Amino acid sequence: MSLAPFLVSFLLLRYLQKSWVPLLTSIDWSRFFKFFLIGGIGLLFIETVFDVEDVTKWIWHFIVIGIAVFMYKTDDLKHSRTMLLGVLPFIAITLTSDIIELLSADLFKSLNNYIGTALVFSWIWFGAMWINNKKQQKALEKERLMRKFEEERNNIIAARKEELEVMVNQRTAELTAQKEDLQKALADLSATQTKLIQQEKLVSLGELTAGIAHEIQNPLNFVNNFSEVSSELIDELREERGKHLRDSGTEEEILETLKENLAKIKHHGKRADAIVKGMLQHSRNSDGKIEPVDINALTDEYLRLSYHGLRAKDKNFNVVLNTDFDSSIGKINALPQDLGRVILNLLTNAFYSVNEKRKGDLPGYEPTVWVETRKLKNKVLIKIRDNGLGIPTKLIDKIYQPFFTTKPVGEGTGLGLSLSYDIITKSHQGEMRVDTKEGEYAEFCILIPVNL
Amino acid sequence: MTMVKPMKILAVDDEKDMKALFEQRFRKEIKTGVVEFAFASSGEEALTYLEANNHEAVLILSDINMPGMSGLELLQHIKKRFCSPPPVVMMVTAYGDAENYNNAIRLGADDFLTKPIDFTLLKQKLRLN
Repeated sequence: MSLAPFLVSFLLLRYLQKSWVPLLTSIDWSRFFKFFLIGGIGLLFIETVFDVEDVTKWIWHFIVIGIAVFMYKTDDLKHSRTMLLGVLPFIAITLTSDIIELLSADLFKSLNNYIGTALVFSWIWFGAMWINNKKQQKALEKERLMRKFEEERNNIIAARKEELEVMVNQRTAELTAQKEDLQKALADLSATQTKLIQQEKLVSLGELTAGIAHEIQNPLNFVNNFSEVSSELIDELREERGKHLRDSGTEEEILETLKENLAKIKHHGKRADAIVKGMLQHSRNSDGKIEPVDINALTDEYLRLSYHGLRAKDKNFNVVLNTDFDSSIGKINALPQDLGRVILNLLTNAFYSVNEKRKGDLPGYEPTVWVETRKLKNKVLIKIRDNGLGIPTKLIDKIYQPFFTTKPVGEGTGLGLSLSYDIITKSHQGEMRVDTKEGEYAEFCILIPVNL
Repeated sequence: MTMVKPMKILAVDDEKDMKALFEQRFRKEIKTGVVEFAFASSGEEALTYLEANNHEAVLILSDINMPGMSGLELLQHIKKRFCSPPPVVMMVTAYGDAENYNNAIRLGADDFLTKPIDFTLLKQKLRLN
């Protein structure tokens, strides 16, 4: 009876079904088993009914060996070697016994007991190997599951990573946009700053224009009148030369006057030129050239311009000017336009302050501004003092802050002192000090090094 | 030669070349003794001169804008203190705006000229031509 090979091949096929080898997963196993069972049972039926075991056993050998060879040849089934090893003694014994039986019935009969025992052992061996393989299979399954789990986890992580990457990209884009916005804001701010500084220059230029108009009319008056009068003198000279009795003394006198007049015209022409140049320099962007500057002349020039400027604007404005210039200062290295702007700013403030105080109609109040220059050891001092309103103590810390102003809206940019402070401390490496008493006086001292 | 009493003119200006200019512009009139000039470079100096010279100056040319006492203040002082007969005061300024003009007239200025000075016009006003 070939029940044993049927069972063995059935078990082996079941094993293959569960082996999860890619090559075998595509097989429709249930249909396959249906055919196998029908075929196997059919074969057993034929064997029993027609007693053809001698033929069918060889068919079974063929089936079992075929499965074994397939398992051995297939690379993906390497882990099933224990199964193969388990089934091998069975195959060998049954095959050998059947071959012996075919060759010599006597020998087969004499060995029948041994073969039977061997067959039992081969069954035990197969069973042991089956269990062993089952264990291995379980371990493998566990590992497979773990790998699957890991893979799933990796997939989740990858998905999460992708999600995060999208978020990071979004954030980066947001930050970049913010950065660009900030950069633009910064550029706008510095453009505005430049504009404001320019505006402050224009405001101070406005303060100067009236003074400049006055200053320029005076030299022009002389240029026009001295040239006209000189022309008259030339006519007079011609007349004198036409006389019979020429008075060489008179002629010489006229010539001398003419020469003096020409010198005066030249002098006043230059004066007008200097005023215009000064005005242009004042409004120009300072290109920051350090050059020897006559501090007294510069201070005096801006004193005149700011004084006349204010006088022209406010008819009631009047102030006693006390100047004390130290002639030993001479020329020191400075930025003339910038320093001039500081002096102008301090003077304008001083004039504004005394004028505001004057409006309070204090009896006996005499608006006074003192301008003093002094040569110290290796520094030059420019002191501008006024007996105006002074600065309240609580505001003293704010006076150098940009945009801080006590003037009514539209009258001051609030940049004057802030710019002045920068010009003195940064551009001239100097100091700016203030001494004040509210309601009584304010005194600004500029100290700049002689060797800049 | 007519023995007319010369017209005494005090010119007040902080520009020192003004003296030379007036002397040249009026050289014929000075030569013929029609006018006589005195000069002051500040309002204070002008007042001192007027006190010392028994306010005989009849004309004051004064720049409105001067350090110290302004031309307008000087005008006020003169009109207050010297009233018999009051000297003619002619204001000369670099600012020709209406406000300046009105202020000068309000304070008693007899005339108003702008810089650069038109001497032909000034002589006309002084009835010298």
